[in-house]
Formats: sequence, structure tokens, C-alpha cells
Amino acid sequence: MADPLLEVRNLKVSFRTEDGTVQAVDGVSLTLAEGETLGIVGESGSGKSVTMMSVMRLITDPNARFEGQVLYKGRDLMALTQEQIRGIRGAGIAMIFQDPMTSLNPVYRVGWQIAEQIQAHDKVSKQAAHARTIDLLKSVGIPHASERVDDYPHQFSGGMRQRVMIAMALSCNPDIVIADEPTTALDVTIQAQILGLIRKLRDDFGTAVVLITHDMGVVAEMADRVAVMYAGRIVEEGSRRDVFYRPQHPYTWGLLGSIARLDRPKPRRLATIPGLPPSLVNLPPGCAFGPRCAYRFPACAQTPPLTDKLGNGHLDACLLDPQAKKDARAGATPPELVEDAT
Amino acid sequence: MLTFIVRRLLWTVLVMFVISAFVFVLFFKTPGIDPARAIAGRNPSPQILAEIRHQFGLDEPFPVQYALMMKDLFITRDLVSYSNQGVKVVPEIFAAAPATLSLVFGAAVIWVVMSMALGIAAALLRGTIVDPLLMILALIGISMPVFWVGEVANLITQSRFHDTFLFSWVPPLGYTSFTQSPVGWFKGLLIPWITLSILYIGLYARVLRANIIETEGEDYVRTARAKGLTERRVLLRHTLRGSMISYVSLFGLDFGALVAAGALLTEVVFAIHGVGFLFFQSLGNLDLPTIMAIVVYGAFFIVLANVIVDIAYAWLDPRVRLT
Repeated sequence: MADPLLEVRNLKVSFRTEDGTVQAVDGVSLTLAEGETLGIVGESGSGKSVTMMSVMRLITDPNARFEGQVLYKGRDLMALTQEQIRGIRGAGIAMIFQDPMTSLNPVYRVGWQIAEQIQAHDKVSKQAAHARTIDLLKSVGIPHASERVDDYPHQFSGGMRQRVMIAMALSCNPDIVIADEPTTALDVTIQAQILGLIRKLRDDFGTAVVLITHDMGVVAEMADRVAVMYAGRIVEEGSRRDVFYRPQHPYTWGLLGSIARLDRPKPRRLATIPGLPPSLVNLPPGCAFGPRCAYRFPACAQTPPLTDKLGNGHLDACLLDPQAKKDARAGATPPELVEDAT
Repeated sequence: MLTFIVRRLLWTVLVMFVISAFVFVLFFKTPGIDPARAIAGRNPSPQILAEIRHQFGLDEPFPVQYALMMKDLFITRDLVSYSNQGVKVVPEIFAAAPATLSLVFGAAVIWVVMSMALGIAAALLRGTIVDPLLMILALIGISMPVFWVGEVANLITQSRFHDTFLFSWVPPLGYTSFTQSPVGWFKGLLIPWITLSILYIGLYARVLRANIIETEGEDYVRTARAKGLTERRVLLRHTLRGSMISYVSLFGLDFGALVAAGALLTEVVFAIHGVGFLFFQSLGNLDLPTIMAIVVYGAFFIVLANVIVDIAYAWLDPRVRLT
């Protein structure tokens, strides 16, 4: 395999707070190949957004500390100067954010905002940038693009605004688009449209996509590969097929168990994972999921490494041996993981 | 836009009416005030008092008196001062206005430039020692009363250090009009400008810093950065633009209030014969016509400032429509 387009090596992000150090990202390593779609799944606070924001160096909090490397086309983004990283943001790696209501500046016309990005990277005339903006808006399916280009964000609906954000992300033909929960703030019907659009554009433009989400359904629909994050670490990573059909980590089991399935008898209640995610302040060593895990055994007191136990590129950070996992998974959802939500 | 203007004009008339009526009632209903005595001078005889009352319409019923005064103020424009017979009030205010406008405009330029510089610097240097130092400095500026600063400035520039090279250029107190001598105008006003602006520099720097920090956390600023804009452009085009809304409204109100005789203390301390100085004198003399005229003039400027703020709002934020 050629060098990956993006490689995150042992990224650690911590924030100094009054209560102590919050280890938001704790040794994350990822790779992204050209044209690939990587889904990063996890609940709120698992570090998925912080990881990708750190890749873009978008965390401006003076209390944040970063360690590790982020290689993009062989250059370490963490070591670049402000001016160098600026040239990559938007042009090499673009980002789509969660809430299109607040991600666009309310005081500028949408076309101006897209053209602003084009002109920040390409030496083109105002007219050329404007024309390209209209083409982009057309390609993301905004009707009457040549008129709407002069509208303000508040004159668009949520779904349309997210289309504008996508047009903006694509405006400089980036190699990578990082989509941070792009559909979370939208209606369900609009969600499907936006996902369809992202998929279509990914295929048309050959862009690699990092899709950050807490929605397993979105991942199942979009991703080639999936990384599951928990408490700032990746606990399982593999192809979509492997992660969905042969999940290796009890946390992934819990996530998958909590999805309503139409092809199975309707359960009385959906399964939940007992307990709460741990506080990331001074997290003790050991498996972070341990306290919530039904299969915990003494070895879990040590932090389990993310390893390829099956030898097929399917990594997980659980110390149980594969046979024990197989046995545990035998009865669909392990009974211990099903908890009455009352 | 037309409805906006018409509505604002009606609003202005209403505000001026309410304020003038309020001042009128307050004046006449305050115990111990007899305008006739103020007009007559020392130990007047009852006949003279009665004559004066008749001459100035003070024996008329209350609403008629008010109407007469408004007529003289707005229609015939020959309202005469009580304390200084023969002086017409309206021209007097127009004569005083340039001094006040010069003072306030100059101070406003200084305080806008300085507070922007300090506010932006503090916000950008957050997390370093500079930020709290600047903010403490701003707090000191806010805490110093303007009349005290003015007196200290006079003490230094007019007497103690006047003969040194530092302040030998400072002319004696008073106002030189711009048409008379632009250089004299500038020299005479520089110390008053600085004195008046200190409070506002502190206040505005703090407000701007807080707003910048708040806007810095907005999603659209993160988007701007993710687009690959330069830090400078992110700051000027996105962060600062979003931070200016409360700054502008504060500025409009303060500027209006200062033009409307609010710079009284500064004018008195530096013997600048502006509207504030006039107001100060007429309050001392219980000179109702002058007070009334200044109050109406002031109300006009405050309403005008508000209109300008509203227009600026619509320019700053397209979500606000002028209706």
C-alpha cells in the first residue's frame, strides 16, 4: 500500500483545567487512504471531534497541549507554521461542521463567504470566484443558485445551509473533507439527502472523507472503514463489514446492541450500556470501559493496546481472547449488557 | 425605509414633548422656586413681581404657560432668558454648540481608536500577563472621576509643569474656535479631549475585549479559520465584525448623551463655553428657558444618536431589518 494520505500517529490532546488535566485524546493513531471514507464513532466527549480539530490545528484554547504527529502527504501538520497550516486548511483539508445554523457568518452573503475561501487559496478574480461559487451551489443542489448566491444565511433552511457548507468545503477541491456530525442538527428526511449528497460528491470528486458521528446508521451507510472511540482512545478499528458483523470490543457490542433492528423481533426495550462514560480528568490507568464492562477480568487494570489480534487489519483494544469473545457474542446481545432502562 | 423614517420622526417629537413637559412640571412644582423672583433680581417690590409675572405669562394657567414657552422656542424662536434679560436662548445654544461638538467629536475619535487598540490587544493576548494589566489599567480609567482628572491635568499643564518643555505649548483655559485658528483649536482642546476620553477608553476596551472573546467562541469564527483565512482576516472580517454590535450601540448612546450637554463637567473644568457650560450656569440661575431649550436640544441629539445606531445595526447585521 502506498503512503496514506493522512496519518495520525499517537496523537494526545490534553486540556489544563481547574479540576486537573483532561486527557481528551489519548494516543490516537489513524490512517486515511486517498478516496477512502473513514467513520469515527463514539459518544459525546469521546474525543472524536477534538481529534479531527487537532488535525486541522483548529483548537485555539491556550490551555490545550498536543503531542504526536499528523502526517498529511508526508508533512507533519503539527510542526507547520501558522501560515503553512493556513494554506492547508480549506485547500487540502476542508471541514463541514455540525450546526449549519451557526457555522455560517450571519452578516455576510453565502456567496461572499464561499468566494472568500476561494480567494484565500487561489489567485483568481472576484468575478471568477463568484462564477465558481454559483457552479458549486448548483452542484450541491441549491435551486436558483445564481440568485441565491446573494442571500444571507438566515434566508436558507437548515438543510440548504448545510449544502452551502458542503459547497464551501469543496470549493478548493480538497483531498480530505472532515465532516463533523454533518447531519446531527438536521431533520431525518434532510439527513438522508445530505448523506446522499456527500456520498455523490465523494464519488464525483474522489475526495477522502472523515465522517465523525455518533450515529451507527450513518456509518453503516457511508464508511469504508470504522474507528470506534471511547474516552479519548480508539477501542476498535476495522472495515465496516468487520466492525458491524464481527465486532470485537464489548463497547462496540453495546453500541450495536442499542440500535433498533427491523429484521429482528422487537425487543421490549432497546439495550443500553450501564453506567456513564468516565470523567476524563485524571483518568486512572486500565481499560477506560472496564467499569462498565460485563466481561472485565483482572488484566483489564492495565491499559489494553490496540492490536490486530486476528491478523486481518481488524484492530481492537480488548484483552479478552478471541474465543471468549465468540462465546460471549454467541447469544446475539450478551444478557449482562441488557439493562432495563427504568 | 420611509416608514422607518416617519416612525422615527414621530418618536422624536414624542420624546421631546415628554421630556420638555416633565422638566417644565418639575421646575414649577419644586418648592421654593419662583421664576419671577429670579427674573426680578434682589428685593423686588410686589408690584414689580406682578408685572414680571404678567410680562412673562407666569400668571397664565399651567398648560398655557407651557404652550407659550414651546411657541417661543420652536415657532418664533425668540425665547428670552430669565436671568440674562435680552439674551435669546436659541441663538445662545447654537453659539455654544460648536465648542461642545468639537470637544465630543475629538474625544470620541480618541476613545474609539484607543479602546479598539486596547480591547483587541487584550483579547489577543489573553492568557498572558498583558491582558489583566490592560484591564486593570482600564478599570483605573473608569474609576477616575472626570472632574478630578481635569483638575489634575490643569494643575500639571497650567501651573506646576507649564514652564517646562513638556507643557509650555498648552494655551490658557478656554475655547478657540476652529475658524479663528485651527492650531489654537487643537492645542486648546487636546487636554480636554484626553480627559474626557479616559473613562470611555477604559469602558469600551473592556466591553470590546469581552465581546471579542465571546465571538471568538462562535462557530462561524471556527469556520472562518477552517477555510484557511489569515488570522488577520479572521479577526477583522469575522470576529471583530461580530463584536461591534454592542460596541456601536454603546457608542451611539454615550455620544448622544455627551453632545446633549453630558460633557458638562469637562466643559466647566476647562472653561469651554459649550452647551454643558451653559446648562451648568442656567441651572445655577434657575433660568428655565435656557434649561428647557437645552433639554429639548439634548433630547433631539439622543434620539438622533439612536436612529444612527439603528441604521448602523442594520448595516452590521442583515437579520435586523429597518421596518
